[in-house]
Amino acid sequence: MTTMVHKSAPAAVVRDLHARRGKHPVLHGLSLSVPRGLVVGLIGPSGCGKTTLMRSIVGVQIVQSGEVTVLGRAAGTASLRGRVGYVTQDASVYDDLTVRQNLAYFAAVLGASRDDIDRVIDATDLAANTGQLVGSLSGGQRSRVSLAGALLGSPELLLLDEPTVGLDPVLRAELWALFHRLAATGTSLLVSSHVMDEASRCDRLLLMRHGEVLADDTPAGLLSSTGTHDVEAAFLALIASRPSSDPAAREARDS
Amino acid sequence: MNPRRTLATAGRVLSQIRHDPRTIVLLLVVPSLLIGLLAWIFSDTPVFDTVGPAMIALFPFIVMFLVTSITTLRERRTGTLERLLSMPLGKADFIIGYTLAFGLLAVLQSTVAVGYSVWVCGLSIKGSVWLLLAVAVADAVLGTSLGLLASAFARTEFQVVQFMPALVFPQVLLGGIFLPRDQLPDALRAISDWLPLSHAIDALQAVASDSQDAGYVGGELLIIGAWIVGAVVLGSITLRRKTP
Repeated sequence: MTTMVHKSAPAAVVRDLHARRGKHPVLHGLSLSVPRGLVVGLIGPSGCGKTTLMRSIVGVQIVQSGEVTVLGRAAGTASLRGRVGYVTQDASVYDDLTVRQNLAYFAAVLGASRDDIDRVIDATDLAANTGQLVGSLSGGQRSRVSLAGALLGSPELLLLDEPTVGLDPVLRAELWALFHRLAATGTSLLVSSHVMDEASRCDRLLLMRHGEVLADDTPAGLLSSTGTHDVEAAFLALIASRPSSDPAAREARDS
Repeated sequence: MNPRRTLATAGRVLSQIRHDPRTIVLLLVVPSLLIGLLAWIFSDTPVFDTVGPAMIALFPFIVMFLVTSITTLRERRTGTLERLLSMPLGKADFIIGYTLAFGLLAVLQSTVAVGYSVWVCGLSIKGSVWLLLAVAVADAVLGTSLGLLASAFARTEFQVVQFMPALVFPQVLLGGIFLPRDQLPDALRAISDWLPLSHAIDALQAVASDSQDAGYVGGELLIIGAWIVGAVVLGSITLRRKTP
């Protein structure tokens, strides 16, 4: 895909971030930046720290040390709350409200208009379900309601935690098309996935393992630098070339 | 606090409850049924006229405590609270929105309970029925605000249900229903003076027997109000935008 160079500052910059999820150290001095106006894939196995990283960028994660700057401000600053959209892995929506009632409430909190509710319903292909209780929807439909809520108010940065899990291939393709349309209008997206074949749909990739970034490149750049033909093979090649990313080895090195 | 977001939150909570008609019926009918049962048990004795007012305080208080604590706990557990706190919603918007929604239900519930006690069970109220209703509503709102606070300290539904006997039963035991408060041992008497339910029961009994003036009842209402404000403030402090 494109390797556009944006003049503006990155949407999010993370420097030397250490964070624990619960009691377990998850991120060990992570640094990365999320460029503006692109679909950035955050790819890595479950448990590698993708969610903790996203929570840190949203500003809901207590971090031990390090710096997280989002749209030029410290993560979690009050003025960022309407400018950053976050979709958690498990749909965080009200099962005992209809689709439209859910979105109307989130719109009221964000100060978004009624037209905006119709826009996000169309964008997530939920027009046929607006009057249905969310609890009666399928898992994929529920996660689209959660996504629709995050699109309200057109946030400048969207953090989507595994948004395409459990969706049928047609819908998955539609959502990726939607992500690229949003990016084309200037929205920055960070989309996590543990499915390696989704990586090819991204403008840039961040490969993560054990709380560290293994690679930060375009899909094409990643394949050529590792001399591989798919992202899964590239991932394995990167791990083989970096034995220190193993937690046991890292502890030995740190001590 | 932002009025638009607070009212949107209250409206959202009420729409959630509207989708659950069985809860509404239980909420409105159960206290009255229990009061009716009590009146029946004591039908040939003068006891109902003494304990009846206390029951008007008790049942709405307990029911609202349970309903509110479980609803807010559910919000914490399903991730919607975290979502809201990552959005431009103030903590006060959230807590006051909940208090308004359940407060409205409390008004309905207390109206039904007072109406049923007075007109169906024949509870004799020598003072003003309106004043009785005001105390009953304050008491139900107190249950709501304590329920909000309790949900902050529970991680599971099992825990939050255990808070009911832990926080509510001592207030019931020391509130003067089983033994008039002035006959309690001194230490327990002193403790009961600090518990909000004691003041609610005192106020209701004062209205029922018309033994005190409106100023006394107003003072008791103020004490209950202070507890409500305290629980709401503490509850909003326990809402954390950042979690580990």
